[in-house]
Amino acid sequence: MIEIRWHGRGGQGAKTAALMLADVAFSEGFYVQAFPEYGPERMGAPITAFTRINEKEIRVHTNIYAPDMVVIVDETLIGAVDMTKGLKEDGKIVVNTKRPPADVAEAFKDYKGEVYAVDAADISIRYLGKNLPNMPLLSVVTKLVGVITEDAFLNEMTENLKGKFSKKPEVIEGNLNAIKEAWNSAIRVNE
Amino acid sequence: MSKRANMSGNEAISNAIRQINPDVVGAFPITPSTEIPQYISKFVADDLIDTEFVAVESEHSAMSVCLGASASGVRAMTATSSCGMALMYELLYVAASDRLPIVLAAVNRALTGPININVDHSDTMGAKDSGWIQIYSENAQEAYDNMLMAHRIAEHPEVMLPTMICQDGFVTSHAIGNILLEDDDKVKAFVGTYDPEKHILNPEESVGVGPYSIGAYYMEMKIAQFRAMENARKVISDVSSDFEKVFGRKYGMFEEYEMADAELAIVIMSSAAGTAKDAIDNLRARGVKAGLIKLRVFRPFPAAELAEALKGVKALAIMDRSDGFTGNGGPLGSEVKGALYGRTDGIKTINIVFGLGGRDVTVEGYEEVYENLEKLKSTPAEEIPYCIHLGQREEK
Repeated sequence: MIEIRWHGRGGQGAKTAALMLADVAFSEGFYVQAFPEYGPERMGAPITAFTRINEKEIRVHTNIYAPDMVVIVDETLIGAVDMTKGLKEDGKIVVNTKRPPADVAEAFKDYKGEVYAVDAADISIRYLGKNLPNMPLLSVVTKLVGVITEDAFLNEMTENLKGKFSKKPEVIEGNLNAIKEAWNSAIRVNE
Repeated sequence: MSKRANMSGNEAISNAIRQINPDVVGAFPITPSTEIPQYISKFVADDLIDTEFVAVESEHSAMSVCLGASASGVRAMTATSSCGMALMYELLYVAASDRLPIVLAAVNRALTGPININVDHSDTMGAKDSGWIQIYSENAQEAYDNMLMAHRIAEHPEVMLPTMICQDGFVTSHAIGNILLEDDDKVKAFVGTYDPEKHILNPEESVGVGPYSIGAYYMEMKIAQFRAMENARKVISDVSSDFEKVFGRKYGMFEEYEMADAELAIVIMSSAAGTAKDAIDNLRARGVKAGLIKLRVFRPFPAAELAEALKGVKALAIMDRSDGFTGNGGPLGSEVKGALYGRTDGIKTINIVFGLGGRDVTVEGYEEVYENLEKLKSTPAEEIPYCIHLGQREEK
């Protein structure tokens, strides 16, 4: 089973990305589970969301305490929330950041697994005109999880976004372009 | 053909309601069941169902709408949680005693206070003695399946009792996961139509519903309810068998997991059972004879069957997701101990209250429960506390 924990702030789409990653894995025949941690959500407050992907039925119904991957949607949470708590030693961290790779490597120098940086905010602003980093991050995370090919992923996202934005079709193309660019945009900052 | 889908428990329940196409829904939104009336009103707007959806100003009115509709001989449904159910309490008793087979989608949530939106079972456990049939679900699939069976149980002429289908708030209501959705026509054929013997809008035969009952009749009315609840045992079993024949998924009054040779067992309900099953697999791999009973039907309570299923067990933990503050343990604890008394004595038994207000118990947490049961086996009965709590932070 692959377990992914998403850390963001209310309004950035971490929950949506967590659920859409499950949709993507589901489309490839996997068992999935995705949910946010519910509390008094409000714009800007730290939130956590979870995605599980498995080859057999998922029975466990708890938050994820020992993730294979941690996705940091908002780097201002570093230091405020213990986001790598329980993260497996051979796991992965994905950070949405504008900082140079060496800085990110320094921030996670104690972590033995793989650390990736992507400027999801920049991709989002260029293609959508605003800072909604979740779709580019979804693309990066999907590639790292490795449950689907790039072509199949783009097809699935096209269908998914058409359904989600049936009343706002003008945002579909921008999201798809952001997803396409993000697929190859993450940089491994440590070796 | 059944269809593989990926959806939340609320969406699954709502799809069951769409397929059932009830005549009337009266509902008021409350977290975490709010999505259900939301979906229903969308189905109505999209012309997918011809339900009369009544958006009321409180849960008291929601159940009142259901009472009126059901008394007039049509299918009435609602959904609620927590304080919403508490505001319905008075009418829950009216529904049961007037023998109105209303079906309620309950999404379990803690009762205030302190105010909390997450899961425990204090809301529906507060209604455990209201005369409703109560069926609990581990996941979205079970919530959906139980809802497909609900009307046939509630509306059976030998039963005629309201029925609530419960699932855990957020844990299953808002988590998306894999589910098999059955074909609309197949569901409609299974659920069937509702044609009650008596209702208040029949000009040929006038009947009264909910009249004042003096002492000379009140007790007989209550005994009729008692008998209806007794009759529900066989009806639930028959409907579940039919369900298995048509859809292939098997349901009993409870599910036994690794119970054949289990020495250490827990009785547990709803989503927590899934997590505990993973713990059992880990324990079994280490040679521990661990097993679990997941209670599906809480009302009517399957006491004799439960005692039979537990008779080989040496140590037992009864896991309650509500406290009850009774001085004698949680509601499930009291029921199970009562079921064992005189039938299967001598099991070292402890009642554990866990998961209040959404407190998470992990796979490792359940493994510890079994490790403690191993110790309980050799603990003198008089030294076992009647009830402990699990997962809380300790006082400093």
